[in-house]
Amino acid sequence: MWRWIRQQLGFDPPHQSDTRTIYIANRFPQHGHYVPQKFADNRIISSKYTVWNFVPKNLFEQFRRIANFYFLIIFLVQLMIDTPTSPVTSGLPLFFVITVTAIKQGYIDWLRHKSDNEVNGAPVYVVRSGGLVKTRSKNIRVGDIVRVAKDETFPADLVLLSSDRANGSCHVTTASLDGETNLKTHIAVSQTAVLQSVANLDKLDAVIECQQPEADLYRFVGRITINQQIEEIVRPLGPENLLLRGSRLKNTKEIFGVAVYTGMETKMALNYKSKSQKRSAVEKSMNSFLIIYLIILLFEAILSTILKYAWQSEEKWDEPWYNQKTERERNSSKILRFISDFLAFMVLYNFIIPISLYVTVEMQKFLGSFFIGWDLDLYHEETTQKAQVNTSDLNEELGQVEYVFTDKTGTLTENEMQFQQCSINGVKYHEINGKLVPEGLIEDIPDGIRPGLAPEEELFLKAVSLCHTVQINNDQADGLCDNPWHTNSIASQLEYYASSPDEKALVEAACRIGVVFTGTDGQSMEIKSRGRPERYKLLHVLEFDPCRRRMSVIVESPSGNKLLFTKGAESAILPYSTRGEIEKTRVHVDEFALKGLRTLCVAYRKFTAQEYKEVAQCLYKAKTALQQREERLAEAFNFIERDLELLGATGVEDKLQDKVQETIEALRLAGINVWVLTGDKHETAVSVSLSCGHFHRTMNILELVQHKSDSTCAEQLRQLARRIKDDHVIQHGLVVDGTSLSLALRQHEKLFMEVCRNCSAVLCCRMAPLQKAKIVRLIKTSPEKPITLAIGDGANDVSMIQEAHVGIGIMGKEGRQAVRNSDYAIARFKFLSKLLFAHGHLYYIRIATLVQYFFYKNVCFITPQFLYQFYCLFSQQTLYDSVYLTLYNICFTSLPVLMYSLLEQHVHPHVLQSKPALYRDISKNAHLGFKPFLYWTFLGFVHAFVFFYGSYLLMGEDTSLLGNGQMFGKWTFGTLVFTVMVITVTMKMALETHFWTWINHFVTWGSIAFYFVFSLFYGGIIWPFLHTQNMYFVFVQLLSSGSAWFAIIIIVVACLFLDVVKKVLYRHLQPTCTEKAQLTETGTGLSCLDSVCCVSDGETACASLRRMLERVMGRCSPARVNRSWSASEPFYTTDRSILTLSTMDSVTC
Amino acid sequence: MAAAATSSSSSSSRSPPAQQRPDNTAFTQQRLPAWQPLLSAGTVLPLFFCLGVAFVALGLGLHFSSATIRELELDYTGLGDSRCARCANLSLLADGSTCACELPFSLAEAFPAPVCLYYQLSNYYQNNRRYSVSRDDQQLSGLSWALRDPVEECKPYRYNATGVPIAPCGSVANSLFNDTFELYYVFSNGTKVKVPLDKRGISWWTDTNIKFRNPEPVDGILALAFNGTAKPPNWKVPVYKLGQGNNTGFVNEDFIVWMRTAALPTFRKLYSRIRLGNFSTGLPRGNYSLNITYNYPVLSFHGTKKVIFSTLSWMGGKNPFLGITFLVFGSLCIVTGFVMLAAHIKYQHLNEAD
Repeated sequence: MWRWIRQQLGFDPPHQSDTRTIYIANRFPQHGHYVPQKFADNRIISSKYTVWNFVPKNLFEQFRRIANFYFLIIFLVQLMIDTPTSPVTSGLPLFFVITVTAIKQGYIDWLRHKSDNEVNGAPVYVVRSGGLVKTRSKNIRVGDIVRVAKDETFPADLVLLSSDRANGSCHVTTASLDGETNLKTHIAVSQTAVLQSVANLDKLDAVIECQQPEADLYRFVGRITINQQIEEIVRPLGPENLLLRGSRLKNTKEIFGVAVYTGMETKMALNYKSKSQKRSAVEKSMNSFLIIYLIILLFEAILSTILKYAWQSEEKWDEPWYNQKTERERNSSKILRFISDFLAFMVLYNFIIPISLYVTVEMQKFLGSFFIGWDLDLYHEETTQKAQVNTSDLNEELGQVEYVFTDKTGTLTENEMQFQQCSINGVKYHEINGKLVPEGLIEDIPDGIRPGLAPEEELFLKAVSLCHTVQINNDQADGLCDNPWHTNSIASQLEYYASSPDEKALVEAACRIGVVFTGTDGQSMEIKSRGRPERYKLLHVLEFDPCRRRMSVIVESPSGNKLLFTKGAESAILPYSTRGEIEKTRVHVDEFALKGLRTLCVAYRKFTAQEYKEVAQCLYKAKTALQQREERLAEAFNFIERDLELLGATGVEDKLQDKVQETIEALRLAGINVWVLTGDKHETAVSVSLSCGHFHRTMNILELVQHKSDSTCAEQLRQLARRIKDDHVIQHGLVVDGTSLSLALRQHEKLFMEVCRNCSAVLCCRMAPLQKAKIVRLIKTSPEKPITLAIGDGANDVSMIQEAHVGIGIMGKEGRQAVRNSDYAIARFKFLSKLLFAHGHLYYIRIATLVQYFFYKNVCFITPQFLYQFYCLFSQQTLYDSVYLTLYNICFTSLPVLMYSLLEQHVHPHVLQSKPALYRDISKNAHLGFKPFLYWTFLGFVHAFVFFYGSYLLMGEDTSLLGNGQMFGKWTFGTLVFTVMVITVTMKMALETHFWTWINHFVTWGSIAFYFVFSLFYGGIIWPFLHTQNMYFVFVQLLSSGSAWFAIIIIVVACLFLDVVKKVLYRHLQPTCTEKAQLTETGTGLSCLDSVCCVSDGETACASLRRMLERVMGRCSPARVNRSWSASEPFYTTDRSILTLSTMDSVTC
Repeated sequence: MAAAATSSSSSSSRSPPAQQRPDNTAFTQQRLPAWQPLLSAGTVLPLFFCLGVAFVALGLGLHFSSATIRELELDYTGLGDSRCARCANLSLLADGSTCACELPFSLAEAFPAPVCLYYQLSNYYQNNRRYSVSRDDQQLSGLSWALRDPVEECKPYRYNATGVPIAPCGSVANSLFNDTFELYYVFSNGTKVKVPLDKRGISWWTDTNIKFRNPEPVDGILALAFNGTAKPPNWKVPVYKLGQGNNTGFVNEDFIVWMRTAALPTFRKLYSRIRLGNFSTGLPRGNYSLNITYNYPVLSFHGTKKVIFSTLSWMGGKNPFLGITFLVFGSLCIVTGFVMLAAHIKYQHLNEAD
């Protein structure tokens, strides 16, 4: 019983066996003591909260944040002890912050609920009690047989039982899971494939055993035991039998499947687990600033407490006759009084910690990230894809990148393969006009002379068109292929779908040349060689995997031979080849690679009957194994794929993406190290590197490749280090391959890092996915802790994307996995430059100023309060009214900084992008370093001193400031300080603003106006239910004093004076590149002062005024009013010239 | 959080990536028309010169308008062997007797009307929190229930020893300043003429007429409205006997002036104005005598008491601060302007060199 309760409460996970047993249609065995396994239901719950637990759960989560918790404590202290300010002053801002966050989270969760309900309530058809029953998706249980019709998505992970086709196959697309748009064939076990009707299925008595749910989309291990009469038939189940929730049925009328994983246990749901949170450098410095401020706060509170007791040691100060204590105060214990005094000071000064900082930063990031998605320059017309923001937490990190790790295929290149050359049997061929032309023979040979294909050529092409996993879109394939006259032209009409663009290119090439792949029905493949259809029985597919780096098929030829066709990387084929022109082919492969072509080797093996039997058995055993199937399969594959006869090699060209060269060049100018990490061959990688400008012709290229032993690798490394030292004039490029890299990293990490840091370009080839991540981590954790960015498009880049500080996915052809795991996704590599130089730079400036300003304005806010204690005997008297204390951060000073942080453009994005060198100005978190922080804090203190002592001196010996001789009081003094402060702090923000849109004008002047209007209103009423009416008409009286007006003006000007002088002098004496860029922008175009005058017709009237104003006010936006660049307009106006220009800039800076 | 947001959108089956072209609006493309000011020497230069000239001009004006104000301070704390020393040493609060002292002084030049008479206390912490919260504005606004049930903060002057509620309650009211002044003009032959002191309008109009209210008189008699309340312990008379006419009770202006607590430990409060009768044009030069009823003890906390005669300008009393600050800042602006000019010229050279 106890145990049952614990299980229900989730303390004891119920005993998990390694497999789950599923009785199809939930027909449990009647005999024996069977304990049904418990499975989750088919509800998808992506929401975090329910209506009932939203408030407690959300509050709990919010108060886990240290800042919120701190304010909660302050609030509780205020409730408990007698403190100078009412609990409302900290309670209300806290409530505001919590509410805003809760509303945002609630809204997001509501969206999730809506989508959950939609998904869970979708109608599905389930076979129950002999009929088809319509029910809701959430009611599906493990073991239910589900019917899915064409173009529907699967409601759970199903094991395919049968389809409307006799062979039990169906096509699905997994676009929403991994983005691969090709059709994938799934097949049913032949014993169940015949059960195509509800009635038949109802009689099925079978048990599925399979592994417990796991997130890997491409792994499934199980077996099905079918009881037919008395006989038990066991069949293996693999990923090809499993239909995943979220994928969609295509080209198939209907299928039946049995649910094996439901609800949150489906592979799709398991894959949507939230990723580990990345924190940006800005956030880290924000937290350390908070700690410094906490220390200042504690210091001020302790100092005040001590001084209070120093003063109070004399009775005439502690208790003069006019200010008697109560009996209780006299008798309370000293220690208690001390503690409560300390807490009261903490409460008094607590506003120095900016409460609304977090919520403002959050809003800024959330709202600001929309601009990336909205940007037309990041919108790719051809694929209609716009940039996608998966996390807004890292916007500013885009402005801090120091290392870019980029994948090659699909990222730098289009991943659009064009078959170029091949080598068959030691002879090199070109493809010219759909003909294979051997090297040496020139095209002028008329068509007729080469009547057909030589046998070895034909075999090669057959191998190419048989050994793949390409699909044909069925609807179109029918009929077309039966026309024997169009063997050549058919290529353009046949639509191939492939997950690998290389395969597609090869099959298409073979098709053009004369061996046409016309279709597959799961059990056999059909090709047409020279118009003659041939049917090959497909016996086994040995799928591609990145470790083996090759794939194979075993087919039975029409003549009955059992053949193995293999294709793969040359390093995965050549060592296993025993016959064929191995040496010549190797030379050719290297030549292809030098031209930047992607190479694949093709080989085959003929099985004898005996051999085949052995092979088949071996495969079967491995495939049905429940444990360690992977390992056993790999073993089996290695056993099969050996003793090959090499047929030849292919060379496929991958076109470079648009503007890759310029982008890489710009990245380098921005001081960013670009590393290319690719799985490709050394030679291919180098040649692509050269063509994309990653390596220059003038670069000295160092190589660390093909080291098999630790010692040679180390020796080579040392040698490289020496060479770099000897020659530091020339730029160096480094090429490393995977094996050497792992050797270098094992023991010579430091040496290797040193070599790398001295190279201006690094190329790592032959990299496994995890090695990519490892490199990123290595750089990330090196002593300088640089900010890294990884960009890639394929599943093999996911680990690196997740590892880097910022992960960027390219929406390419290799599926959406990279996009899904990335922080930002863009359609093309070239967009990186706008993303980093324009968006990243702006976001960084915005958030850095936001953070600094927040601390500044709270120092300004609370320091006068601290200073006032010196004049009121440290009695914790507040200087400002409670309402002002409460609203300062919420209303009076919140909007200008938020709008600034959304709209600021200190330099035009266009300039930022065309001068990548400006990026260096903000590297290494320049605006949030210790010095700027100190400056802002210092400025805050100075301003606070000026506010306070300015007002203090104005009062002098308390002379009258009113024309009628009446006197002000304490609250007027506080209000004067507060008024000066609100204006100065807002004006300080105005000084920081370089980009004044109407929104900025509105919020800046609006904030000040609101303060005045609010104060008039607040002071104009006797507020009911309040004991004190301290502020009644105080503000009006203040404003009715001419002296007060003059004082406000002079204090505000005095505060800003120093800041302006500092800014101007720095601009002239030590201008940063950014400031220079701002100036040059002035020179480019002076046309109009749009926001001030002359928008439409005032051309002549305003001209003179305008000219004068321009001189006074500085630049104004050139043609910005009318400008609307189209996406097609090149932003590198004249590519090279801009680049050289900016090089000069970077030098002169 | 935003990460969660997008993951939710991805889980909600967005199978066909129906992505549309982003809007080409000025806002989404971040190219709203904008004014882009730039702080460089060239641009702030004119600003600095203008500001400098304006400030200097203003400063001169302020300075002279402050300089024309006449001010006379008379210390009557009674330290050493000064005139009021007897009273200062004698005065103990409780005994109820009064002590008077006379302070003769002469004006070398006439003080034009209106002349204000202030009293100034120093080392007196009206801004001490315990003190300044010890009041009940609801009671002072004449609410009858608040009259009989003062707020907690009024302690220890909430109820008197016998448990009767004090009206007005609290330390501030209890410590009401109770010295009184009479001013005489002394003719050369020794005869004295009383200078009439106008005690009306010394408090804020809104305070006297709206914020402070007497409780509704019972049968037209204000004293009855205060039935069941006690006077503050330090007071000699109950609140309804303060002043005369309608300047009594909570709306007594002396009381209201005192209740507006001061910001700093040295403070002035307006006592009266001289603008009536023969002295409606101010105080002529000559000899005067100030008769002081000395009640208020300040020696125990090392305080001082002063009487101040001051004329007024549109900007209030004598205040050298504003004039000087404006002058200093004005000249600073001009000096900086020249520095900027130098920087600007030098920078232009650099610019050409580029």
